[in-house]
Amino acid sequence: MEKILSIIFIYILVENFVLQRFFGICPFLGVSRKTETAMGMSMAVIFVMTLATLVTWLLYTYILVPFRLEYMQIVTFILVIAGLVQFVEIVMRKISPVLYQGLGIFLPLITTNCAVLAVALLAVRQEFTFIESIFFAIAASIGFSLALVIMAGIRERLEMAKVPQALEGTAITLITAGILSLAFLGFKGMLTL
Amino acid sequence: MKSDNVYLGDLTRGIVKENPVFRLVLGMCPTLAVTVFIVNGFGMGLAAAAVLIASNLVISLLRKFIPMEVRIPCFIVIIATFVTIIEMVLQAFQPALYEALGVFVPLIVVNCIILGRAEAFASKRPVFRSLADGVGVGIGFIVALVILSTVREILGQGTILGPDPASAIHLFGANFEPMALFAQPSGAFIALGLLMGLVNVIFKRFNI
Repeated sequence: MEKILSIIFIYILVENFVLQRFFGICPFLGVSRKTETAMGMSMAVIFVMTLATLVTWLLYTYILVPFRLEYMQIVTFILVIAGLVQFVEIVMRKISPVLYQGLGIFLPLITTNCAVLAVALLAVRQEFTFIESIFFAIAASIGFSLALVIMAGIRERLEMAKVPQALEGTAITLITAGILSLAFLGFKGMLTL
Repeated sequence: MKSDNVYLGDLTRGIVKENPVFRLVLGMCPTLAVTVFIVNGFGMGLAAAAVLIASNLVISLLRKFIPMEVRIPCFIVIIATFVTIIEMVLQAFQPALYEALGVFVPLIVVNCIILGRAEAFASKRPVFRSLADGVGVGIGFIVALVILSTVREILGQGTILGPDPASAIHLFGANFEPMALFAQPSGAFIALGLLMGLVNVIFKRFNI
């Protein structure tokens, strides 16, 4: 129980996936223009990341390890994630068209979100148990969402601001992210596993 | 003569004009994460470039056989195969680098530069042009990583060619207090942001 609580705290704040570990920078820069789309993307990531980690953990522990196929890890994991995203998209469209309209456009983007593959790989590498892996995935995706939504809020304000011409666009976004990351540095060392 | 120009164009486009990091803003995760030391940045760039060249070659060779509808999964499997090979090679011959790069070695598979070149270039063009494109974009990626890691290592550690004490050159003497910020994640964002601004100014000045 204690370990699960520390996993949650560490991966939301201390080792924030975007700002401290650099996973999922592309969607972080790409869809953080509006708070609304950032929220949609966040929900889709929390859902897919948790599901993907659950499936890949089971697959690794009960199929790849017993048959000594660990070297197939990368190929298997990326295929599972790509397949899962397609599957979720189809199921969602059938069962809940409302949810699909909200999250649907973000789903294809998630396949190439390196945060999803990173969570699946790290859960196995750090030898988390099944329950720990699930909470790890939930915490990591909440950390991702937190960074994304904060960033979207800042960028909405930044649109009104006067930015030096050379820094317009991605450059100023990166510097903003750097200052945000500096703020999260305050959590560093608070808790370790 | 004209055909030479096509290959040369494919080769040079990715290095400066469409540099994957500074111009297209692709492959940001490894760029920011591993550039604490020049050695790590160069190693990461080389590994990604090797995968890119190999996958460009194979995808271009197979472009007539891969069905349009399932092309993305096919590309991903080809890329993942080469990433697995590179991972094994690094683990066997460069264990220190492999440790330093950590999970970012398997993550080359989701590097958007590689899938992007496969989708936009290699799947539609003949073999030698795809090869030239892979080499060009690969060099562009290596150049960007080396520039960023040089800035970060000099400011954040005060050395060049660290962390191995045998090759590390201390630039500012023993009393130098390095700017720890640039060794931290936040420093990576800020350094890349400022470099990108600088690149924008230079490009505007020379009308590239």
